Amino acid sequence: MKVLVCIKRVPDTGGGFKLTSDSMRVDTTNVGFAISPHEECAVEEAIRIIEKHGGSSTVLTLGPQAAQEQLREAIAKGINNAILLEAEDYEFWDPAATASAIAETVKSMGFDLLLFGNESADTCNYQVGVRVAYLLDLPCVTGIKALEIQNNKAIAKRETKDGWEVYEVPLPAVFTIREGINTPRHPSLRGIMSAKKVPIEQKKVTRPAPQLVRKALKKPQEGRQLEILGQGVEAVPKIIEKLREMGAI
Amino acid sequence: MILAILETTKGALTETSLETVTAARDLAHKSNYSVTALLMGKGVSALAPTLKGIQTVLVAEDSRLEGYLPDALAGIAAHAIRQKSPKIVLAPGTETGNDLMARVAARLNLGLATNCVEFFVEGGSLKRVTRSNWGGSLLEEVEILSSPALLTLAPHALAAQSADGAAPVVESFSVTLSEKDLRVWMKELIPTEKKGISLTDAKVVIGGGRGMGSAEAFKMLEELASLLHNAAVGATRVATNNNWRPHSDQIGQTGVQIAPDLYIACGISGAIQHMVGCKNSKKILAINKDPEAPIFQRADYGVIGDLHQIVPALIAELKKLKGG
Repeated sequence: MKVLVCIKRVPDTGGGFKLTSDSMRVDTTNVGFAISPHEECAVEEAIRIIEKHGGSSTVLTLGPQAAQEQLREAIAKGINNAILLEAEDYEFWDPAATASAIAETVKSMGFDLLLFGNESADTCNYQVGVRVAYLLDLPCVTGIKALEIQNNKAIAKRETKDGWEVYEVPLPAVFTIREGINTPRHPSLRGIMSAKKVPIEQKKVTRPAPQLVRKALKKPQEGRQLEILGQGVEAVPKIIEKLREMGAI
Repeated sequence: MILAILETTKGALTETSLETVTAARDLAHKSNYSVTALLMGKGVSALAPTLKGIQTVLVAEDSRLEGYLPDALAGIAAHAIRQKSPKIVLAPGTETGNDLMARVAARLNLGLATNCVEFFVEGGSLKRVTRSNWGGSLLEEVEILSSPALLTLAPHALAAQSADGAAPVVESFSVTLSEKDLRVWMKELIPTEKKGISLTDAKVVIGGGRGMGSAEAFKMLEELASLLHNAAVGATRVATNNNWRPHSDQIGQTGVQIAPDLYIACGISGAIQHMVGCKNSKKILAINKDPEAPIFQRADYGVIGDLHQIVPALIAELKKLKGG
């Protein structure tokens, strides 16, 4: 079993955004980075599948040199190999461009299972995994919250309002994973130490002509006016008053 | 021409589909394009005459199109785009709508702007769109260079409006599906058990975050919920990642999006990831011991203090009121 998991490095924004002065990017001075949440679960799923069925797992990202941090985090958790498609301007790659670079790299690597996040936390494009599947002519199911490998097929489930939809797909196949499929593990100290020594395969990639071009980022208007009801337990009568006003009691 | 690709569920158009029709009509008004809607599935033709205020409805009826067949639907949609040459294609920005349009975009090698909230038309053509990033907490203005412009509409970007006028011309649209179009299909649907009031239906939602400190502490939120009308308990990503609550209770960008009358946020700092999931609440009441917590910038009511004292005191007071 050969599993590929594609991840994205995203800023760990916490409570708010600052934009750069040209409004083209999120200002990441003094901001940490993380693996986008759905992909964090895809990494965990890849590790579990290899633990259960044997084989090897590879993590891939298209991003800057600094994205080695996210690749090594995945290795520290248990992923075997890593590929960096180096593009310092990765924030301006549109989904078609990213998908073509990934497909070009992995097309002859013989992966049985290709996992993506359902959508990235930052740009929420919902399409890199689907586009890679089409470029490689593989079946694809999105929004997966349960995955099981049986012989040469995958049983994948997506959760909808009406229940769990079950898909049976022959391998090789592409799945885009949603958070909730598992609880990602934390890397062990030993994992972190040994991840430092794992070589990362690197390849510089050049952005093709875009289909979508970012013009600016902007913050939406927020329209709430804060009223402080009080400090500590003495605020309880005021809370009750508000609950009553809103018909909650 | 604007092509609106619509979704149906249980024989009715979805809310986001109605919003999509409304957005398509607005765009048509600004650009002088006509609107054609595409309905695909088993038994969808009955819905066609209900689509007032647009010119044409293409109906692709096929008894095999039951359940979710994404490649088949994408194949039909791509075929309609090739044949009808629209300038703009708009679909609902739901999970399935985004999935479908990603497949259409991949087939036709076109750009796709997902989850649009605003459209800028100048001189009769679409110049730019604003799309939602970070689950709606940041907006991105995008120019689309490929044509036709493929777009999905973010749910609730506008309110669906009905229109008057003659019923549209209905055209049946038949497509030969290949074996490959049918290779991904839903084998079965396992219904989920409904227990209690769901987070999306509750009028009051009580959320717990890092400040809860343990799974045990959520019991008091459950107790508080039992004392309020139509209330349910949710959690942040920190709480679900710590296994204090199941992931199904997560409110946020990667969890559930709620819109109750009141959201009571307990020990929640107000991370973007979480606030995206509760920003449609009518009122937000935050209880946090850190007066600098970002949640106070996004709440209507604030209580500064330790939730582990305030919530039990609130419960005691509510019980007294019920008893009396």
